[in-house]
Amino acid sequence: MLLSILLSGTRALLEYLSAHVLTCLVPAFFIAGAISSMIKKEVILRYFGPSANKFLSYSIASVSGTILAVCSCTILPLFSGIYTMGAGIGPATTFLYSGPAINLLAIIYSARLLGIELGIARGVGAVSFSIVIGLIMATLFERKREKETEEAKFSMVADPHTSTKNPAITFLFFADLVGILVFGAWKKWWIVVTLLALLIIILKLWFKKEEILSWLSSTWQFVLLILPWLLVGVFAAGIIRDFLPPEVIKTWVGGDSLRSNFIASIAGALMYFATLTEVPILKAFLELGMGKGPALALLLAGPALSLPNMLVIRNVMGTVKAAVYIALVVCMSTFAGVIFGKFVF
Amino acid sequence: MKVQIFGTGCPKCRKLEENAKKAIRELGVEAEVEKVQDVREISKFGVMMTPALAIDGKVKCSGEIASPDKIKKWLKEIG
Repeated sequence: MLLSILLSGTRALLEYLSAHVLTCLVPAFFIAGAISSMIKKEVILRYFGPSANKFLSYSIASVSGTILAVCSCTILPLFSGIYTMGAGIGPATTFLYSGPAINLLAIIYSARLLGIELGIARGVGAVSFSIVIGLIMATLFERKREKETEEAKFSMVADPHTSTKNPAITFLFFADLVGILVFGAWKKWWIVVTLLALLIIILKLWFKKEEILSWLSSTWQFVLLILPWLLVGVFAAGIIRDFLPPEVIKTWVGGDSLRSNFIASIAGALMYFATLTEVPILKAFLELGMGKGPALALLLAGPALSLPNMLVIRNVMGTVKAAVYIALVVCMSTFAGVIFGKFVF
Repeated sequence: MKVQIFGTGCPKCRKLEENAKKAIRELGVEAEVEKVQDVREISKFGVMMTPALAIDGKVKCSGEIASPDKIKKWLKEIG
């Protein structure tokens, strides 16, 4: 019995490693490393100040998770910072919800493993619903603050460095990396090789050695941080896929009913997922018969919440606001799942 | 001198703490190392990106794992 469990896990790992790692995750890690080491975060943080344009604050909050919170452990301090230092509860909760969900690696991986519709739905859902949640929280809870002291505290933190690199070059560099990712996924190897050659030329011409080293070091940090848990997730997913009776999944979260979406959403909210582990586990559930709508609901609620992080959120916001936030996340995720189920198929 | 490391407990802030302790040891200065893990305390210092480090109440870096050499430089400046 134990042996067959270990075999399932190992088999899942091997299937996984041969098909996906090289063409998908490797470029993705490099891209994440580049974002982390090359994009000046202070520039983004400016938008969370108390006197920043609200429209900008919300928009940036909903997508900046990609740039700012590359490690899930920074999300909570960032959230707390945005909340206490200026922009207020609206943009702060927008960031809190979208940050974990809009993690670039997670979206790329979701699209690859679960299908492009779920990947896109995850990204779009995270961004749009995060703004909705933020606005609702702000409407319910925003109170007048002393603008001057907030501004003073805030400027201490968000001090933008002037970038020394021509933005066009940075753009070209990223476009090249993304190209490698996309064409690698489509298995157009000749194009990938050309892009790699182009990359080396770009690096030689315009990148200093320390920038390249910093990029590689960031990339490696990601690998060390994420890969071990990811492999555990794949292993666990293999076991789940072979041992969990499909009827259990079908009864609770099969199909696209409101109930299935709701259950998936709550389960996601309570369960803890290390970065990226939700994806292979979800794939196992889908293979066992989970509906696509509930899958999306879990994808949206899962990374954003877990029992441990609910406690921290409560410490920062207070019990009432935290409870409202959690309720909003569960509802929005359920809603997203229902819409996805109805309109995509 | 008081060195504070801000972080919620993930490997990055532990590494920063290690680097800080190493820097202090190598310089041979008198310094106390405190780890601030509570998210609200971290925000009170104006720190948004962890891991972060402060010496005698002044934030010297945030969002990066400063090397022991960098930390030594700051310690020398202040101490």
